[in-house]
Amino acid sequence: MTDQQPGHGNCLLEVRGLTKVFGELRANDGIDLEIKSNEIHALLGENGAGKSTLVKMLFGSLEPTSGQIFWKDKPVRITSPGQARALGIGMVFQHFSLFEALTVAENIALSMDQDVSIEGIAEQAAVLSREYGLPLDPHAHVADLSVGERQRIEIVRTLLQNPELIILDEPTSVLTPQEADRLFETLAKIRAEGRSVLYISHRLEEVQRICDRATVLRHGKLTGACDPRLETPASLARMMVGSEVKSVSNAGGTITDEILIETRNLSAPARTPFAVALKDVNLKVRRGEIIGIAGVAGNGQSELFDVLSGEETVPDADDVRICGTSVGRMGISERRLLGAGFVPEERHGHAAVSDMTLSQNMVLARHHSDADVFLTGGPLKIIRYDAVKKASERIVREMDVRMSGEDPVASSLSGGNLQKFIVGRELDRQPSVLIVNQPTWGVDAGAASRIRQALIDLAESGSAVVVISQDLDEIFEVATSIAVLNEGALSEAEPASMMTLERIGLLMGGIHGEDTKVEAQHAH
Amino acid sequence: MRIELEKRPAYSALFSMLSPFIALGLTIIAGAILFTALGKNPIDALYSFFIEPLTELWSLHELLIKAAPLILIAVGLSVCFRSNNWNIGAEGQFIMGGVVGSIVPIYFHEWNSFIVLPLMLIMGMIGGALYAGIPALLKTRFNTNEILSSLMLVYVAELFLDWLVRGPWRNPEGFNFPESRSFNDSAVLPELFPASGGANMGIIFALIATLLTWFMMRHMLKGFEVSVLGQSARAGRFAGFSSTKMIFFAFLFSGALAGLAGISEVSGAIGRLQPDISPAYGFTAIIVAFLGRLNPLGIFAAGIILALTYLGGEAAQISIGLPDKVARVFQGFLLFFVLACDTLIHYRVRLVTAVKARTEGEGAS
Repeated sequence: MTDQQPGHGNCLLEVRGLTKVFGELRANDGIDLEIKSNEIHALLGENGAGKSTLVKMLFGSLEPTSGQIFWKDKPVRITSPGQARALGIGMVFQHFSLFEALTVAENIALSMDQDVSIEGIAEQAAVLSREYGLPLDPHAHVADLSVGERQRIEIVRTLLQNPELIILDEPTSVLTPQEADRLFETLAKIRAEGRSVLYISHRLEEVQRICDRATVLRHGKLTGACDPRLETPASLARMMVGSEVKSVSNAGGTITDEILIETRNLSAPARTPFAVALKDVNLKVRRGEIIGIAGVAGNGQSELFDVLSGEETVPDADDVRICGTSVGRMGISERRLLGAGFVPEERHGHAAVSDMTLSQNMVLARHHSDADVFLTGGPLKIIRYDAVKKASERIVREMDVRMSGEDPVASSLSGGNLQKFIVGRELDRQPSVLIVNQPTWGVDAGAASRIRQALIDLAESGSAVVVISQDLDEIFEVATSIAVLNEGALSEAEPASMMTLERIGLLMGGIHGEDTKVEAQHAH
Repeated sequence: MRIELEKRPAYSALFSMLSPFIALGLTIIAGAILFTALGKNPIDALYSFFIEPLTELWSLHELLIKAAPLILIAVGLSVCFRSNNWNIGAEGQFIMGGVVGSIVPIYFHEWNSFIVLPLMLIMGMIGGALYAGIPALLKTRFNTNEILSSLMLVYVAELFLDWLVRGPWRNPEGFNFPESRSFNDSAVLPELFPASGGANMGIIFALIATLLTWFMMRHMLKGFEVSVLGQSARAGRFAGFSSTKMIFFAFLFSGALAGLAGISEVSGAIGRLQPDISPAYGFTAIIVAFLGRLNPLGIFAAGIILALTYLGGEAAQISIGLPDKVARVFQGFLLFFVLACDTLIHYRVRLVTAVKARTEGEGAS
């Protein structure tokens, strides 16, 4: 790709030497990309590889530092999303921008440039959703819809603009396997009409399944362009990660009968209108066991984490038991004293305070459990930062946390390194119970495999571990048994060896909201 | 066209440190322009405003008298602000501290004992703390906005004091002046160096409060808790800290220090209750807290600078014939420039033209 003259073949969109620099960081460095008409083109790369930056430049929400974009062989400058849409580029974002209190049709109307009546839009949307196999009730309120249905709104909304290129950012990360299958059918239809799709993902098997060509990014640079169907998952992974990722070894320790975490018919009402109520959750985790809790985001994961950690308490102390003690009414500090450790989903502003140093973040989680080492002065509770620093250095060493400076603020670390520190902070205490929510969300592959290995090692050494995760690969990699959380209810845990993707998908509720949709149609 | 603030990816640590000094410089320049516009020689005016009060011993005493309440209140507010609780009602807590602390010397005006003064001070602190507890209670129970509730309670306190000194607490031998009895000697805060001027123990209280608060924020788990909850309530909950308890701690702490300032002022500088016991110390202390970067040591210095604007205002009245409201204008300048400097260090200004704004608006939809 050295010739400067574009225009050979039937390129819909072509990108030459696109570069974006943020301060010192070259988020995109000389990217070349060609999207032909009538193809599904995959953009592969790990978290932080620069996929989002590239796409934002194509959609006009970021301006390139240098490089050129050609649309149908003509050089263009895309300076705003409005302009991108006018050219014929539509985008479905990973994080939806929908008003929960409004209906589907009202949400679509909000994004239209022209003045169209809500009824007109509802009709158009109904037609489109039938054509493309995207069942959707235009009069339903968004708050009542599942994530998969919300994504359909975004897709229908994009299709209404009649784009020639549709960009989808990690669309399956929030879908059940069955919902994902449905999406793939829709994409095939879109391609059959002569439109193109730029499909962003880090899931290799789906890229191999549906994409015609793939472009791979690593650390902001182009590392390969290929036909994914001619590659193996291993060769694609190598292009993405750069080296072989150390695979996680799961020898399986001995599981004893001693139950370390238990909930009995645990129910908790939703605290806000958009939160999920927990319904009769029964969970038993024995010494040496890792229970993976699968489920699509927003089905009560954070609510379950909060009641297990004690950030939210429940009225009946017996509803939650840790190491044989009824802890339902105890706060998080007391549960930590019993030997429990917790890793919440959100790193910034929950597991760590972004503007505080690592050693201060050490105090955050362990001031109570390690009071004899970290605090002095009796009731004055003077923090001994020398002891704290020593402990945080130990964790940095153990978990191979890469950082600049001696004791940097948490926000200066990359997601993977901060997560290694946060997980290490708990492991360092050798907790007998560990509860982790989305342990490797937004973490690079190297850090993810290290974290997963650490969880397995902890269970093998005789602890009970609960891993709440949306990443089914991760669940299968670490868990000894698997349960599924769906709309606040937890299925019975089944041994991981007996579980299949299909079975999990069914437990996740199959294609979400299908039943409620039929009811809604009857109502009209 | 509209103006947007865009967060800078990185900000200069140097400028962040210099910010209060830049703000002071800009205030002086703006002051010079103001004086020129009023037809005064700016050099002379600035001299009499900022330098003259520092040239004489008695006025240095006055400086300490004015600085003490400002520092006491602002140190308390710094803890409150750092925990992300916005107590704007220190003026009211100052007044209630003065009122509650005066119960003993007014009802037992013939009681002479070494215990009277400590009792007054403690009661003053309790009065201020309880009064600050009202917005805290409203916030924790009803999710009320504490900025509004604490501010409105200032006016309640002012009117309550006014009613007291005109009604039940009016001095029966005072020829119907709206004043309480004068406090007897054992109820008056002792002066530090009676030979040279009137500075009283208030400044010592301010110094002690500054050092203790600095120690708490810097070294103690409590200070850590304040910072964590101020930056992220969710992370605070993960650490096992309670936001509700912190709201009470922050308000009671700042209220107690404002109350101490109030009773110190009444007992030390005034010697009785009267309708007007504060030249808006409680509001000026907000400026002091921010000028001192919410750091107790910085606040001590900032308190002295703001005290100077009070003296400068008096001096400007006497020597160049400007109204003493000039002091308030200066305080306003200073707060404006401090906040502007801090904002511009963290954000840059971007002008968005109408066309671009429209397309971006579409993009956001």
